[in-house]
Amino acid sequence: MTRLTVPKTYKLYIGGKFPRSESGRTYEVVSKKGVFLANVALASRKDARDAVVAARGAQPGWSAATAYNRGQVLYRIAELLEGRREQFVEELIATEGASKAVAAKQVDTAIDAWVWYAGWADKYVQVAGNGNPVSGPYFNLSTPEPTGVVAIVAPQASSSLLGLVSVIAPAILSGNTVVVIANHAAPLAAVSLAEVLATSDVPGGVVNILTGSPSEIAPWLAGHADVNAIDLAGAEALDWVDLMVTAADTLKRVLPPEAGVPAPSLERIVALTETKTVWHTKSLI
Amino acid sequence: MSDLSKTPSFLDYAPAPESTSILHLKKSYGLFIDGEFVKGHGAPFLTISPSSEQKIAEIANANSRDVDVAVAAARKAYDRTWSRMSGADRGKYLFRIARLVQERARELAVAESLDNGKPIKESRDVDVPLVAAWFFYYAGWADKLDYAGLGPNPKALGVAAQVIPWNFPLLMLAWKVAPALAAGNTVVIKPAETTSLSAMIFAEILQQADLPAGVVNIITGAGDTGEALVNHPDVNKVAFTGSTAVGRAIAKSTAGSGKKLTLELGGKAANIVFDDAPIDQAIEGIVNGIFFNQGHVCCAGSRLLVQENVHDEVVDRLKSRLGTLRLGDPLDKNTDIGAINSREQLDRVRELSDIGEAEGAVRWSAPCVIPDKGFWFAPTIFTNVSTSSRIARDEIFGPVLAVLTFRTPGEAIAKANNTPYGLSAGIWSDKGSKILAVADKLRAGVIWANTFNRFDPASPFGGYKESGFGREGGRHGLAAYLESAGWGSGK
Amino acid sequence: MNALPGINVVTSGRAIVSTALAPAERALGVLGGDLTERSLRLHLEGLPGVDAVGLEERAAALGTRSIKTTSKAWALNTIIRLIDLTTLEGADTPGKVSSLVAKALTPDPNDASVPRVAAVCVYGDMVPAAVTALGAAHGDPDAGLVSVAAVATAFPSGRASLRVKLADTEDAVAAGADEIDMVIDRGAFLAGNYGLVFDQIVAVKDSCRRADGTFAHLKVILETGELNTYDNVRKASWLSILAGGDFIKTSTGKVTPAATLPVTLLMLEVVRDWYRLTGERIGVKPAGGIRTSKDAIKYLVTVAETVGEHWLQPHLFRFGASSLLNDVLLQRQKLTTGRYSGPDYVTVD
Repeated sequence: MTRLTVPKTYKLYIGGKFPRSESGRTYEVVSKKGVFLANVALASRKDARDAVVAARGAQPGWSAATAYNRGQVLYRIAELLEGRREQFVEELIATEGASKAVAAKQVDTAIDAWVWYAGWADKYVQVAGNGNPVSGPYFNLSTPEPTGVVAIVAPQASSSLLGLVSVIAPAILSGNTVVVIANHAAPLAAVSLAEVLATSDVPGGVVNILTGSPSEIAPWLAGHADVNAIDLAGAEALDWVDLMVTAADTLKRVLPPEAGVPAPSLERIVALTETKTVWHTKSLI
Repeated sequence: MSDLSKTPSFLDYAPAPESTSILHLKKSYGLFIDGEFVKGHGAPFLTISPSSEQKIAEIANANSRDVDVAVAAARKAYDRTWSRMSGADRGKYLFRIARLVQERARELAVAESLDNGKPIKESRDVDVPLVAAWFFYYAGWADKLDYAGLGPNPKALGVAAQVIPWNFPLLMLAWKVAPALAAGNTVVIKPAETTSLSAMIFAEILQQADLPAGVVNIITGAGDTGEALVNHPDVNKVAFTGSTAVGRAIAKSTAGSGKKLTLELGGKAANIVFDDAPIDQAIEGIVNGIFFNQGHVCCAGSRLLVQENVHDEVVDRLKSRLGTLRLGDPLDKNTDIGAINSREQLDRVRELSDIGEAEGAVRWSAPCVIPDKGFWFAPTIFTNVSTSSRIARDEIFGPVLAVLTFRTPGEAIAKANNTPYGLSAGIWSDKGSKILAVADKLRAGVIWANTFNRFDPASPFGGYKESGFGREGGRHGLAAYLESAGWGSGK
Repeated sequence: MNALPGINVVTSGRAIVSTALAPAERALGVLGGDLTERSLRLHLEGLPGVDAVGLEERAAALGTRSIKTTSKAWALNTIIRLIDLTTLEGADTPGKVSSLVAKALTPDPNDASVPRVAAVCVYGDMVPAAVTALGAAHGDPDAGLVSVAAVATAFPSGRASLRVKLADTEDAVAAGADEIDMVIDRGAFLAGNYGLVFDQIVAVKDSCRRADGTFAHLKVILETGELNTYDNVRKASWLSILAGGDFIKTSTGKVTPAATLPVTLLMLEVVRDWYRLTGERIGVKPAGGIRTSKDAIKYLVTVAETVGEHWLQPHLFRFGASSLLNDVLLQRQKLTTGRYSGPDYVTVD
């Protein structure tokens, strides 16, 4: 007799907890072969609203942590991902129809991308910031700071785990907190990633993951006045120009859609920061 | 410390010893070459605990033949493995090392205090955490060298020869090894003769990290081992931290050899206290500046330059503060002042202090009870010191503070800069514009304002003038281990 | 900021008027005969600044002291001897106060060697209940007895007229309180009315005078959490001492942050400096938020290494605490029995 499995329930990840959608809705996720996999929470605009509240609540504490500490937290997440490697590979095989080799490569690439970004936490300031030689008796220093709460549409085509990692890591290492709309067709990796985050040292609310319909949720985030930036990496198939127009109402910083998964990049980190320049007088007498 | 003849005093804290049972010491250690511990061919020597003078272990001595073998191992590892490895993979090894240091942190701290004499409180709370942090920081640079500011795809130098001092044995090892490896070099490193123990445990960590053989080689020995190493023809880079005298000799002997050189040498830092300083924190800063690590710190604030109108008050408060410093067993968690590292160093500190008295300075020492065995020197302050005094000019490298005065910011700057050294300085004032203007004019590589002796792997450290050249830490710390585009890269 | 004599300094649109302050011996001694709002302000603003980073690091360093075995045993007993066992709730009843007093007198019913606390601290209108419950045990902690401390002056906010605040004080003193824990007017302080804050303390001190000419001891609560900066705490500490306080106290315990190690360290430094200047010893009381023995021991270390061990006595140092006592008892039990204890082995008061 084969052993009866205990199927997992897939819920949203908001504020460090796993609630169902307040709307009670779910949607069916099937494998590439059409086999039922799970009923995944279908996030509503109110869930998005709650996620923004959680993200804003967590932002001051997360940005106040030392860069070293954030780098350590991110590196630890990589350790946990490594530990759960097999689980992620299984999920990608099921949801993306990938072969074991392809799925394994995606997971390894995702872990390595996470490590790459973890190493930037205490360095990007040294590359993107600098002292300025102004004309006058002034000390002058420019430093990038996190912009705040970032809404993200994760890549929607293949590579659901790698896509997610590639947009979350660069945003949070500097001290931003995020609300992410996961890959609609292949959301399981997102929830498993959320479980990794929940057991890591990253405080609740730093990363919030909504499974559901990007076309339904993205406009609410694009228009939300308490979101500072929106990353439309995975919005290629949406009315993304409309989203940009909506975002313009509150002058959000906007990252445009990308074909495929965004490559590791310093620019992506810096694009979600604000540069602050401080002047201070200097005088001996 | 309070007077023992009085009734039992709370301030005579009961012993709070950190146990040494966490250590699994060997009776003797070999050289760590090509991933293994091997016998040295020089005459082995003992490492002792400077607080009890008891033997800890026998340490191998690398002769010039051993140096050849070590350099050859580093060269082979560079050519066949390390230079062909991706930066991401080099970074992963460094992350592993950082994690292992964190896991074995207590063991390393106890070994360090036992062998060096510094208080366990310091090795546990300062040295070892910084060691882990240094490896973490540079791990992240290994695959980002394009951003180091040295042009695209900068190249490693090859084999780095590194010689480190006894004052922060494991931390100095981290400062050398981490950036070298991140940049793609392999390493042969020689710990100081009196403090090899933590390096030997670190070698075990390298084995646990599965670091490819030969990437890091640790050869113990004395001055001649170091000399053979830095003068070895197949070495591309020399990094030295230690005395200015030896630094000079190395600069001379490597001249024209094509080897890139960085030096981190001595100092005689001025700690400048203005009349508008936050006074209680300034007192702590003075104490920290010269008595942390028994004053065995190249960047120690060994000259107090205090504004004349607050001299008496500052000295008075300083003496009161020294009354609660606890000198004693380095492995007691309440010890503030540990042992002087060696008899030689103790003799030097005594000699210079006697000269100070002979020159007319007024000597005052904290009322510490000195144990019978071991090498100890009570924290000492000299007032009535003139700028021409030997104790105001020479690096003592012990818990001895020379106090001088100044009248104006300009005069403070002039006196602070009036030294062939230029490693660090401290500025104490509540006025930001003054701090920044004074910092502008001080010729020192590290300037601490309203703090002192702060270190961070992200913050570059190094001196002006005879305190050496090159920087360790931060993005700047990579430059020492990479070819700069366009100049100085060839033999 | 540093005004020349004879020139009124204008701040926030109001001129600082040279009003004479109420006479206060210490202030007259330090500031001289010209005791005005302006002279007081100049003195307070001339005090050295505090670097918060350095202060907090020093406090953290003191917190790393490892107090073991005999030192720990002494420390635990000392902590108990220095506790003002406190209940300050709207729901306080004579029954609750009576229970608190019983605990103060016999902290551990199974261990007679446990010392008594220094005082019980209650609202002014509960003083009669406390005095009754203490009976013959009411008196000086130095004599093994327990004092009654009363919070007064519209505790905790202090937002009432001076008339009401003085009446509050007088009532408590008349009912038998040995000590009065007053609150300063933080609003006045933050608005720069140092003279007003000063005058109120002087008036309250005066209200502590009994018919026989003795005074109830006055603790002045700064409410450091509302003063916010360490520079303000330093100023308020000096002001309170100049105005006649016997103790300076960190907090009401009703506002977060309450007592912290750095802020207490700072107040001890002021007390040390006052002693250097005048030879007089002022007491310090951290209150609120000190719940564990581990934390309380850090405070003892901080006192000993900042002002000296002499201060570790009821007339110079107190802990304003309620749940701390039980944690100390649990630690004591571990030291005596060698095993960890639990909440069932200490009483709920």
